[in-house]
Amino acid sequence: MAQAQQMQVSDEIAVQIAAMNKWYGTFHVLRDINMTVNKGERIVICGPSGSGKSTLIRCINRLEEHQSGTIVVDGTELTSDLKNIDKVRSEVGMVFQHFNLFPHLTILENLTLAPIWVRKTPKKEAEEVAMHYLHKVKIPEQAKKYPGQLSGGQQQRVAIARSLCMKPRIMLFDEPTSALDPEMIKEVLDTMIELAQEGMTMLCVTHEMGFAQAVANRVIFMDQGQIVEQNEPKEFFNNPKSDRTKLFLSQILGH
Amino acid sequence: MALAADAPKDSFRLSMLVYDTRFRSITIQVAVLILFVLALSWLYGNVTANLAAKGRPFSFDFLWVRAGYDIAQRPISYTNDSTHFRAAMVGLSNTVILAALGCFFATLLGVTAGVLRLSKNWLIARLMTVYVEIFRNIPLLLWILVIFVPLGELTPAPNAFKVTDQMIADGVEPAASMILAGTVAVTNRGTYMPWAQLEHPLPSGWLTFGAIAAVLVLSFLANARIVMRARAVQEDTGVRPTTWWKSLLVLFTPVIVLLWAMGFHFDLVQPPTRFNFQGGILVLNSFLAILIALSLYTGAFIAEIVRAGILAISHGQSEAAFALGLRPNKTMKLIILPQALRVIIPPLISQFLNLTKNTSLGIAVSYLDLRGTLGGITLNQTGRELECMLLMMMIYLSMSLIISSVMNLYNRSVQLKER
Amino acid sequence: MSTQFHRTEMLPAQSPPIGERGLVKWLRANLFATPLNAFMTLVSIYVIYSLVRWLFPWFGNSVWNASSLQECRQIITAAAGEGATGACWALIKERWHQFIFGFYPQDLYWRPTLAFILLFVALAPVLFPHPPRKLFWFTFLYPAIAFFLLWGGSVWLPVVTMLGFGVMGLVYRLLVGRVGVTVATSLGVLAAVLWWLFADGTLAHGLESVSPIGLRAVDSDEFGGFMLAIIIGVTAISFSLPLGILLALGRQSDMPIVKTICVGFIEFIRGVPLITLLFTASLILGYFLPVGVTFDVILRVMILVTFFAAAYIAEVVRGGLAALPRGQYEAADALGLDYWRAQRLIILPQALKISIPGIVSTFIGLFKDTTLVSFVALLEPLRGVTNAVRADTDWQGIYWEPYIFVGCIFFIICFGMSRYSMYLENKLKTDHR
Repeated sequence: MAQAQQMQVSDEIAVQIAAMNKWYGTFHVLRDINMTVNKGERIVICGPSGSGKSTLIRCINRLEEHQSGTIVVDGTELTSDLKNIDKVRSEVGMVFQHFNLFPHLTILENLTLAPIWVRKTPKKEAEEVAMHYLHKVKIPEQAKKYPGQLSGGQQQRVAIARSLCMKPRIMLFDEPTSALDPEMIKEVLDTMIELAQEGMTMLCVTHEMGFAQAVANRVIFMDQGQIVEQNEPKEFFNNPKSDRTKLFLSQILGH
Repeated sequence: MALAADAPKDSFRLSMLVYDTRFRSITIQVAVLILFVLALSWLYGNVTANLAAKGRPFSFDFLWVRAGYDIAQRPISYTNDSTHFRAAMVGLSNTVILAALGCFFATLLGVTAGVLRLSKNWLIARLMTVYVEIFRNIPLLLWILVIFVPLGELTPAPNAFKVTDQMIADGVEPAASMILAGTVAVTNRGTYMPWAQLEHPLPSGWLTFGAIAAVLVLSFLANARIVMRARAVQEDTGVRPTTWWKSLLVLFTPVIVLLWAMGFHFDLVQPPTRFNFQGGILVLNSFLAILIALSLYTGAFIAEIVRAGILAISHGQSEAAFALGLRPNKTMKLIILPQALRVIIPPLISQFLNLTKNTSLGIAVSYLDLRGTLGGITLNQTGRELECMLLMMMIYLSMSLIISSVMNLYNRSVQLKER
Repeated sequence: MSTQFHRTEMLPAQSPPIGERGLVKWLRANLFATPLNAFMTLVSIYVIYSLVRWLFPWFGNSVWNASSLQECRQIITAAAGEGATGACWALIKERWHQFIFGFYPQDLYWRPTLAFILLFVALAPVLFPHPPRKLFWFTFLYPAIAFFLLWGGSVWLPVVTMLGFGVMGLVYRLLVGRVGVTVATSLGVLAAVLWWLFADGTLAHGLESVSPIGLRAVDSDEFGGFMLAIIIGVTAISFSLPLGILLALGRQSDMPIVKTICVGFIEFIRGVPLITLLFTASLILGYFLPVGVTFDVILRVMILVTFFAAAYIAEVVRGGLAALPRGQYEAADALGLDYWRAQRLIILPQALKISIPGIVSTFIGLFKDTTLVSFVALLEPLRGVTNAVRADTDWQGIYWEPYIFVGCIFFIICFGMSRYSMYLENKLKTDHR
């Protein structure tokens, strides 16, 4: 685990968010967000429910539209230009809380769909890549099954493999373990840790503090749509600055 | 908190119309709108050109001209001297009567068949399955004809029932006799059956109708009050008082008294001494055939809806209720039925809608409904195809929209509150 | 009693007591569980008995060879005695071809028959999981082939009309690289429409005068029977599905103008009875076309029936779309699929699968509704042909037999469709564990 802390972080910027605001109707969900993510950095975002953390990472591949400020992902600014949106989405992988696998397709088809249709990869090659990643998440034998036949943990690992098949530069995780039974959380976290060790840029909304301590370079705490505190994991957990953070940490670590 | 200025950084380019999410949907919509308006104006131009070519203006004046044809079944007063508009209204009321009775009988049949299909009795469940499958998979038109044709061709003419003094003297029986203890006569013209009559009604028909309706509404309100008070007592003391006899009394006594006061009695059918039956009411064969066919046909669909609705409520719900100690009948009333109704009512109403539209199949048996009058004889007599068809479609459309807006209101009121 | 227990020997399974198994148990559980149940059983047995007592002799005395109803009755009386009833299937035997083909020329029956057989070849992509790719081309060309076989006439009209699709494809191919999918598609459609409006007739005419190849033309008046019902049914079914899907997507779209137009169309069509639409086709469609322009009544009816079915399909598909979880759309977006690809690869396959029962019951309803075309003077089997047959003096007064015959065929087709949809639903089920 210790080696995880020493993984390379480059100076290049992967995601830059500046003065970003977002409203749902009149409700101000994200307020003046400023953050920079370097390549290879692993960031854990936590906070109470309704604090806007999911909305924030969903803005990064424009599943949600922001109303002011700028988001630049891998050198491409997210505007209303469809071409930019398509470009960002093919560079950014996303893993959802409820997996969102396509139930009408086999595991292999789930994995090859986007490479074939978006990246225009030949089918054979796409399948090779897919099998490679299925090996990596340790379920190659399930390739011909349908998502409904897999356990939750297996489905989430497939979802991770599906994103990886697009060879993304950045991975977004939106509470990837919240919908899982306790015994399945570990297998998903192991996959994520392995990914982190390979130097993938990761933004992860999660309450798994063990994961944060093991792999994160930085923990961001959000409340009421704002970034309240960010720090290195050790400092963040041992020496929180803000009262809100202290309260939050006491609630989730208290038992 | 300072907000960043939201000024566009690059100037407007033409490609942004297609590739910019802000403009893309506007571009598409404008294109669609232009095409739509072009199509409409093309159609409008064609219609005006066609009308001009035929040398007739687009006008509904013909509605106020004497119709000149007879309608056998007229719920509102009408003679062949009335206007086409009046004829259309007679047709509309015939449509409404048929639809209302059809919905009633179809629901009755459908609910019965749907519940029986789930019965533990093997034979009954199979019989109901056969009924549902046969009626759902054979066209309605066939059922109408299968009922109508024999009604007209196998039954005796009215004069076969004739009983003259001469015949009584000679001891000759009439060629045909009435059924159901001599109260109903089935003839090839229609069925004569007893009909409610008032000895001394109020001065006008509307007044009589209004009085009965008012009494019924008041009874219902009174009953609602009784139920509400019972609930209040239950909430206060925990014991619900017995109210069913009070409800029955309040619901039925006033209207029975009113009818008795107005001299309510059944007008019996007398066999003809010369040509026609006396008394009672004549239900046309055409009406009977389409009513029976519509009820049986739609009933089969409703049976499926009811069955699916009951099955949709998961077994877990009744188990949970039993585990809480609720008795089976209370479980039905408080847990299963409210949920099943939520599933059943929307498709049920859409079946009512289908039934209402299917009344237009009266054309197969020359039943003079809205289509038979406005879209049939009036159209042929006046040659105003465009006006008649448009008017008729608008009337059918309004009926459908009224029914479906009622459905939407209901749906909104029972929607489960979810996140 | 000791609280300790330790089993030393396992118990073998035993058969249940005598009242709990076999016929007795079954009868008690399924027919005579309660007094009410027993009563209902007895009533149903009585109903079945009286039906059989009434129907059995009628079917038993069936006559298959006779040339008129009169003769039928004489044969029955001779065989079963005075007052006996019997079915006269001789009518069906003599006139079956009219029930099937209407008044289509008898020597040309091979043409609709061939078209019908080819229909199943064209349906192969739907019926079988992995059809050869070339079959798709056949499916695509089938409407033109069927039209040519059924109506006959010059071969050039269907050929030139199909070329319109070629034009559409060509324009799309040329432009798609430069202007993107949406613009290229709309320009392609525009080009094809222009082709059909301006080039179609002249070109077909020209080619016809150069090399007149064709089959004997058959007039629409001569079409009838189940052939007509199937022609109208199959056409409306195959065109209403794509149209209905587009309408459903339009109705679900977040573009208010597109949405309003789709909702207006759907609600209007669903709000009026099919008969009024059929009368629209036969009586007033001419008012909406340029002066003097008119076209075949079967075609007009098919268009209106297609619109009718499309509106219902749209509502069914909308239900399927609404049933999909939001996450499916998001996952497709996050993978970078554009709108049409996401619809085609992710959303529609699932939405359509959910909607199969609704879609098939719409199709069954549509097929049953083809009987209504008799009201615009087309010879569908139920009323059109039956009335024509019954008008013959030889067969006047017969009604049960033709209705039973036609009813049985409708039942077989419709029941078959509903069973097939159940099978399909099961086959496509992938969310089992």
